[in-house]
Amino acid sequence: MRLYAVVAAGGFRRHATYRVATLAGVFTNTVFGFIMAYTYIALWDERPHLGGYDMSQALTYVWLGQALLMTCAMMGGGFEDELMERIRTGDIAVDLYRPADLQLWWMAGDLGRAAFHLLGRGIVPMVLGAMAFDLALPGSPWTWLAFLVSVALGVVVSFAVRFLVALSAFWLMDGAGAMQIAWLAGLFFSGMLLPLNLFPGVLGDVARALPWSSLLQVPADVFLGTYAGWDLAGAYAFQAGWAVVLLLAGRLLQSVATRRVVVQGG
Amino acid sequence: MEGAVAAESGIVFAERSRVVEGVRAYGLIVAMWLRSTMAYRASFVMTAVGNFVATGFDFVTIMLMFTHVDVLGGFTLPEIALLYGASATAFGLADLVLGSMDRLGRRVRDGTLDTLLVRPVPVLAQVAADRFALRRLGRITQGLLVLGYALLVLDIEWTPLKVAMLPMMVLSGAAVFGAVFVVGAAFQFFAQDASEVQNAFTYGGTTLLQYPPSVFAKDLVRGVTFVVPLAFVSWLPALYVLGRDYPLDLPRWVAFLPPLVAVGCWVLAGLAWRVGLRSYRSTGS
Repeated sequence: MRLYAVVAAGGFRRHATYRVATLAGVFTNTVFGFIMAYTYIALWDERPHLGGYDMSQALTYVWLGQALLMTCAMMGGGFEDELMERIRTGDIAVDLYRPADLQLWWMAGDLGRAAFHLLGRGIVPMVLGAMAFDLALPGSPWTWLAFLVSVALGVVVSFAVRFLVALSAFWLMDGAGAMQIAWLAGLFFSGMLLPLNLFPGVLGDVARALPWSSLLQVPADVFLGTYAGWDLAGAYAFQAGWAVVLLLAGRLLQSVATRRVVVQGG
Repeated sequence: MEGAVAAESGIVFAERSRVVEGVRAYGLIVAMWLRSTMAYRASFVMTAVGNFVATGFDFVTIMLMFTHVDVLGGFTLPEIALLYGASATAFGLADLVLGSMDRLGRRVRDGTLDTLLVRPVPVLAQVAADRFALRRLGRITQGLLVLGYALLVLDIEWTPLKVAMLPMMVLSGAAVFGAVFVVGAAFQFFAQDASEVQNAFTYGGTTLLQYPPSVFAKDLVRGVTFVVPLAFVSWLPALYVLGRDYPLDLPRWVAFLPPLVAVGCWVLAGLAWRVGLRSYRSTGS
């Protein structure tokens, strides 16, 4: 357990090293936040209370999206490039010899990364957004806490999906295609482009049931106070359910991969 | 006197031959990358389709918005499709030709830029052609499809000027975006890790232009008209074609300015590139 705490701390510190890059990222998140906020204002001007949100809730949704884009790695950009490269080059053989669990090791590192991104890339855009627009910020500290729990679950679901994608490199060698499909799905079905409760009919039902809704839609709804009491427990259960299913699938795939696939030598 | 004229024309000739040489080198390097791309044909097809779908999501988002509303910012879906198609196609062209330049920061950081400096080929051409990605045709394709849809559906009173406006808009728009890519790359000589800043102007710029200017705050519209002149990429020419009012009470003739704006942007981008390249100090590794 201590080992994984150290790995997580390492993941945090590693991303904290790139200060200029973080600043540049915050700038870009803020610019996109402004652009999207104005398009949402136009949309909610036309149809107030669209999707059950009022204007300030819709604007809060925009800035939550910018704040969580990196934290929940909706466009990828976590550990998966590195793991795929290790599988491709055969370095993975060394990793499998280590007295640490492969999945837990990478998850610890990714949780550390997410923690840094929440602080480094999340807070400043949110504050700037709140200064420029009238946002619906929760008054109760419990809602903030409930939100953080939901974000943490979202990060685990995001990790579990990306771990599966990365393991595909055992069979595909070049996982660029699989990774691209994964981040496309992540971007669209997390609700990053448009809240999922605006998706019409069956598309909406499917999108809300897929794991990616755990990345933004669910945490955002927790933040906006949509869930209370047992509904909140239900939202957590939805996220945790996907996390468990996907982590187990990752585990299964890992054992198949390590047993059946011949590691690339070099 | 005659000698001076000869020397003058010699300089002009040298300048021109450098440009010709640069374009030729760019072509050669691009051809090399094309051959390497086509070695993995299936991978190319997948990534090109992926690029098409990825960039198409922006328009899917707009279509989803229009399942709830009939107009956005006073514009109908086909009208927004014209703005979108023009912006996406122009940006797609710039992205295809110069999109690899955002890798410059990485080259400065790991020292591989030095290799480019010792080759007898303009550095700009080498950086621009580096890892040329033909899959970016995906974005151009979806931009052209949306543009085609808009032109089919819209009921426009065509005049020769409006017809000429379409290619002018796309080509000058691509040039303006291209200049932004070069300035962004020049900026990376100073701040290697800050390559994401330019995404705000390139990807952010094309996202902004996909929506009508009436959606945005006046100050933001002023900024992208007079500071980073993105409004000339598609907003003003497209609004002329649509016969709609311009933002900021600009006069009608500004729609014909994009080629001039593009030239101006490239002069500035060239200067920025020179300043950046001159100030480059190798990491020595």
